[in-house]
Amino acid sequence: MPDFLDMYRRMVLIRTFEETLSDLFGKGVLGGTSHFCIGQEACAVGVIDAARPTDWLVSNHRGHGHLLARGLDTAKVMGELMGKIIGYCRGRGGSQHLCAMDKCFLGTNGITGGGIPIATGAAFALKYQKTDRIAIVFFGDGASNQGTFHESLNIASLWKLPVLFVCENNLYGMSNPTAKSCASGTIAPRAAAYAMPGAAHDGFDVQTVYDAASQAIARIRQGGGPELLELMTYRFCGHSKNDPRVYRTREEEEEMRQHDCIAVLEQKLPALGYDQETITQTALSARQEVAQAAETALAAPTGGLADATQGVFA
Amino acid sequence: MRELYYSKAVNEALDEELARDPAVVLIGEDIGPYGGAFGVTRELFAKYGPERIWETPISENSFTGLAVGAAMLGVRPVVEIMFMDFIALALDQLLNSAGKLHYMYGGQVKVPMVLRTPGGAKGGYGPSHSQMLSNLLVGIPGLKIVAPSNAAQAKGLLKSAIRDPNPVIVIENKRLYPQKGEVPSDDDFTLPLDRAVVVSPGTDLSLFCYSAMTPVCVAVKNAFLQTGVNLEVVDLVSLQPLDTETLFASLRKTGRAVIVEEACLTGGVGAELSALFAEHCLDSLDAPIVRVAAKDVPIPSSLALEKLVLPQPEDIIAAVKENLAY
Repeated sequence: MPDFLDMYRRMVLIRTFEETLSDLFGKGVLGGTSHFCIGQEACAVGVIDAARPTDWLVSNHRGHGHLLARGLDTAKVMGELMGKIIGYCRGRGGSQHLCAMDKCFLGTNGITGGGIPIATGAAFALKYQKTDRIAIVFFGDGASNQGTFHESLNIASLWKLPVLFVCENNLYGMSNPTAKSCASGTIAPRAAAYAMPGAAHDGFDVQTVYDAASQAIARIRQGGGPELLELMTYRFCGHSKNDPRVYRTREEEEEMRQHDCIAVLEQKLPALGYDQETITQTALSARQEVAQAAETALAAPTGGLADATQGVFA
Repeated sequence: MRELYYSKAVNEALDEELARDPAVVLIGEDIGPYGGAFGVTRELFAKYGPERIWETPISENSFTGLAVGAAMLGVRPVVEIMFMDFIALALDQLLNSAGKLHYMYGGQVKVPMVLRTPGGAKGGYGPSHSQMLSNLLVGIPGLKIVAPSNAAQAKGLLKSAIRDPNPVIVIENKRLYPQKGEVPSDDDFTLPLDRAVVVSPGTDLSLFCYSAMTPVCVAVKNAFLQTGVNLEVVDLVSLQPLDTETLFASLRKTGRAVIVEEACLTGGVGAELSALFAEHCLDSLDAPIVRVAAKDVPIPSSLALEKLVLPQPEDIIAAVKENLAY
């Protein structure tokens, strides 16, 4: 039985984290851009909780949810996004290039589809080293049109590698709807071409995600080979911070908001034995954690010349 | 000392490193029973089996990315890209992953992988199977790049590359594979990845070269000796980083530089070296630097046309005479 209260805490944490980032962009504290996963939190939390903490994760450009779901230090993630020395990568990586080896997090990746072969390689290493650990890679519907998706699924299937391919289908690759980018309409049917199981699930319901991922992971860990998991979801925000969302209607967004994964779970918690006070306090503590992390990160220094120019080679 | 074919020297390095370190695996197309397109991995599959020799589908970008991911978790993959031209298909994983990860992840990961690939024209392979693409790679931070010019280098550099904790590109050369050279039999024979070599000392002018141009330059030197001109031949060996100490010392000694490479003229190793000489050794130059390189066109298939595009001994001789006449 998963810890639904802690799932709820991290889903609120992820959402508050990104809302706070949005504020910080407004104040000019953050540079570059950032890709929010507001609306997709259940995908990250459900899959990652179905895995063991020692299973390796690879993420994409939209990775804050995966990082925080895995339990990375919130202040160190925030620090990385602000380019501070306390960040996981000393400010060199930022949002799209954030790695935490001590948490078995092999990195977010700024190239769409770039992480898919890397996760396949991680799975290769885990199999080669005769461990029972697996690799999990998150990517979007857009990445499933890259060659790396098709090549990697093919290789992983041929070599029976222990990797779970998780496609978070939020219906848009930046502005491009899947109807215009994906000939098969959805992603899961593509698994058949690579002789692996592939199914689509409701990505708004964390329990559904957890159950589907748990079953897939159990089969993969037993040597069943790779699987493709498609999670139907939606980002309530734009693709990145400056997206006016001209490619979809406000009505569609409003309809999707009726399925908000945090609200879905919140409604379930009382039936699972949690009283309203506990739920409220849990959400509050998550928000306080973000506020504290932002304060810590803001106060931290940036690196110097050596951090900018050294450390290219091991 | 015994003599080996360049291709056999590569094979021996792979064999010894596979035997020495169980973390080493080979990844690439047709490298199993077939032995690779140029026979470099011949007999290794029979000896080490499918647990160590991984034959891939034709998916260069993904098997290169797979090597990156495996290397991050402690495997030491040696990837073969069948023809250097095909590196274009793997370039994303080289420049956005392999070269960047150690730096951009703040030193948390190492990527101890090797990518070996034969560049250069061998006579009639045509535009997609003949390029020396060193110019494409030297501008990518985070990659070490070596280009062995003889059998001993082919073995010693590859062994060092496999043992190095960073991504290393080893540019082999199709024209050198069937050439023989002396190779030490010591199975711990390695060569440094960052040192140029004065192949043949001289006094009157320095010929800077690498890969298949090195034996050509040695032949040119020998031809000039009969006329009383003593050229110094300096093999770059490492294209990234350039061993500026050795290269500058040679130029300061002779005062004259002719740079010879099989890659296109524009924007490559020769251009970089010229710029470095101009920046750091201008006072030592007795004549303008002369570059001899492939013309800035695709490599044509016709043998007759190919010869007109690639640097020939006559071109090098003419360049030397031009420089000396200044």
